[in-house]
Amino acid sequence: MISEQHEHHLPYDPEGSRLGMWLFLFSELLLFGGLFILYASYLTKYTADFVIAGKELSRTIGAINTIILLVSSYFVAASITAIRRNAPRIAMLYVGSAITLGLVFLINKYFEWGHKFHLGIYPRGPALEDRTNGEVIFYGLYYCVTGLHGLHVIIGGTLLAFALYYIYRKKITAERFVFLENAGLYWHLVDLIWIFVFPLFYLVV
Amino acid sequence: MNEQKRAVSYLESASGILSWLGTSDHKRVALLYLFAASLWFLIATLLGFSLRLELMFPGKQLMTAQTYNAVFTLHGVIMIFLFLIPAIPAIFGNFIMPLQIGAKDVFFPRLNLFAWYLYMAGGLFALLSLFFDGPPDTGWTFYVPFSIMTQTNVVLTTTAAFILGFSSILTGLNFITTIHRLRTEKMGWLQIPLFTWSIYATSWVQVLATPIIGITLLLVILERVFGIGLFDPSKGGDPILYQHLFWMYSHPAVYIIILPAMGVISEIIPVAARKSIFGYKAIVGSSLGIAFAGSLVWAHHMYTSGMSDMAVLVFSFLTFIVAVPSAIKVFNWVATLYKGSIVMGPPFLLSLYFIFLFSIGGLTGLVLGAASTNIHVHDTQFVVAHFHFVMFGGTAFAFIAAVYFWFPKMFGRLYDFKNAYRGSTLLFIGFCIHYFPMFILGLQGMPRRYFDYVPRFATGNFIAGIGGMTMMIGIFLIVYNLWRGLRHGERAPQNPWGGVTLEWMLPSPPPTENFESAPEVKAYPYDFEEGKKL
Repeated sequence: MISEQHEHHLPYDPEGSRLGMWLFLFSELLLFGGLFILYASYLTKYTADFVIAGKELSRTIGAINTIILLVSSYFVAASITAIRRNAPRIAMLYVGSAITLGLVFLINKYFEWGHKFHLGIYPRGPALEDRTNGEVIFYGLYYCVTGLHGLHVIIGGTLLAFALYYIYRKKITAERFVFLENAGLYWHLVDLIWIFVFPLFYLVV
Repeated sequence: MNEQKRAVSYLESASGILSWLGTSDHKRVALLYLFAASLWFLIATLLGFSLRLELMFPGKQLMTAQTYNAVFTLHGVIMIFLFLIPAIPAIFGNFIMPLQIGAKDVFFPRLNLFAWYLYMAGGLFALLSLFFDGPPDTGWTFYVPFSIMTQTNVVLTTTAAFILGFSSILTGLNFITTIHRLRTEKMGWLQIPLFTWSIYATSWVQVLATPIIGITLLLVILERVFGIGLFDPSKGGDPILYQHLFWMYSHPAVYIIILPAMGVISEIIPVAARKSIFGYKAIVGSSLGIAFAGSLVWAHHMYTSGMSDMAVLVFSFLTFIVAVPSAIKVFNWVATLYKGSIVMGPPFLLSLYFIFLFSIGGLTGLVLGAASTNIHVHDTQFVVAHFHFVMFGGTAFAFIAAVYFWFPKMFGRLYDFKNAYRGSTLLFIGFCIHYFPMFILGLQGMPRRYFDYVPRFATGNFIAGIGGMTMMIGIFLIVYNLWRGLRHGERAPQNPWGGVTLEWMLPSPPPTENFESAPEVKAYPYDFEEGKKL
């Protein structure tokens, strides 16, 4: 849907492609919306347990990851300006930087998860079994939300990688750059969701 | 225009299986859906029929209780996710909607085909669940905690529903974009035919509601595989929350199912009455109203699950609100027929059956929506009867009406009208014999989903069984007749019913590119004045 190279009888219509992408983003937001509803109900029910469990998450890594995603979003926005000004090499540099930052985010996440696994804090894990119900739920939500978000980082990064390739092959140009715009929109969604995930799990509790 | 210059039809433009499997023509994708969905419909019908036979007499007849549980689960899952939800939007939305707005294709043609492949993959997963570890026995609602405890194969079936949901989202966003961007330039919003309007409203519900079931079923899968605990009461999870999330999608889903059906009826009625539809704007508004209000009533499935009285009151009130736009449509259809010069045809007969059955389905919906009566009939056969009146008597009847109405346009052939009348009438009579007794059984207290029952329910179940048999004869007559029409039917004219929307301005079957030049658009989509002069 992002790349749909139209059949020859349909005209090139970037506005329509963007509309399709926005609709898809709505559906993505609602996908996470279901998890946020669960979070809201369980936070009300198990406030004290959520506070205990939330304090165990590393705010430093969370904050670093937030900055990483925000900066990568800036790079994506800058790449669109660059391609508009017909500077494909600079655009490629920006997109490449955004992908790299996405990878750094995932590496941080890997170590964060890995540390928790090492401590035995995971569903059916030895350390989590003795905890209160609220803490089990907190970590259940934590793994679901950050896991699903991580999956979206991977999808977004893949889209950006395709955009990079298309700029290189001159399929994305100053006249036709809707693929880059849509990949960028998706990346901003990934960023936006994290902007909610970070305070909910690392700061609020 | 001379004959030789006329473009070849989409059916003849290319041949070979690959020209179908790799097509990006919305009309061919629609036919791919048509054959797949019809097959699923027949399979699920046979499953449903076997349930009916099992219940015809007290005690065990055909199957064990465990098989019975699996059969009603698969009957529900296949009917809802593989037939009712995709049927009218994916088949007729795909075929007719672009024609009605003067477009050459949908906006994302390849995505359209991709959605069909997702649909087939979902079907494959549903089939596979039959053969590994025993088919699921949870019912199509997959209620926790049972769905996370049962030993049967819930994961494959929920995966199937997840994939089908994804397919549904992609179809929805494709159609919204198409209606916004590819309408022929002269067509304003209030010149759009009503079927396309109903597809538009449906698509919004598909895009906005489906992700919720996606995440919910995903959580059931994660729960079963990793034991995360979110819905597991032994770990502090709340099963009621599952029900909320499930119905947040699955109630709007019944509007995904019924709205396009209403759109079909809104097309057939004015054509059969040779008269402009009564209250065009009211029908458009009620479609959007149903889509909106229908998203706010989910918890009326949960009056007995455990909610505050205030919540029950609010959801009961909202449920009554949603009945208003549905009733507006019924009044408009009937008002359109008033003083019309009606020409009988199989699609019109089916539309009349639809209005009758849907009205009963809608009114019994209010019995269920009112908290006080709901407590008595909750989870009884009454619910099953109501549901089938709306889903089968409503959507499936409208589906058959749509097939009868647009079959000549799609295939360029006609079917035998007499057999079409016979088949539909058998189906209708069988339907009434089948489902009216179930209302009574429900009021007498017979629960739904039970394998066996006490002797005092025997008469009702026996009569319902007779109705089921009659329905099967009707369905097979309908299918046989259509199949014969497809092979040997008379050539259909361009406009067999005297319709005035744009799809009737094209040859039957239409050429691949649909319109060679931008079509003329009437100031009002249901203007029959020209026809009267002839």
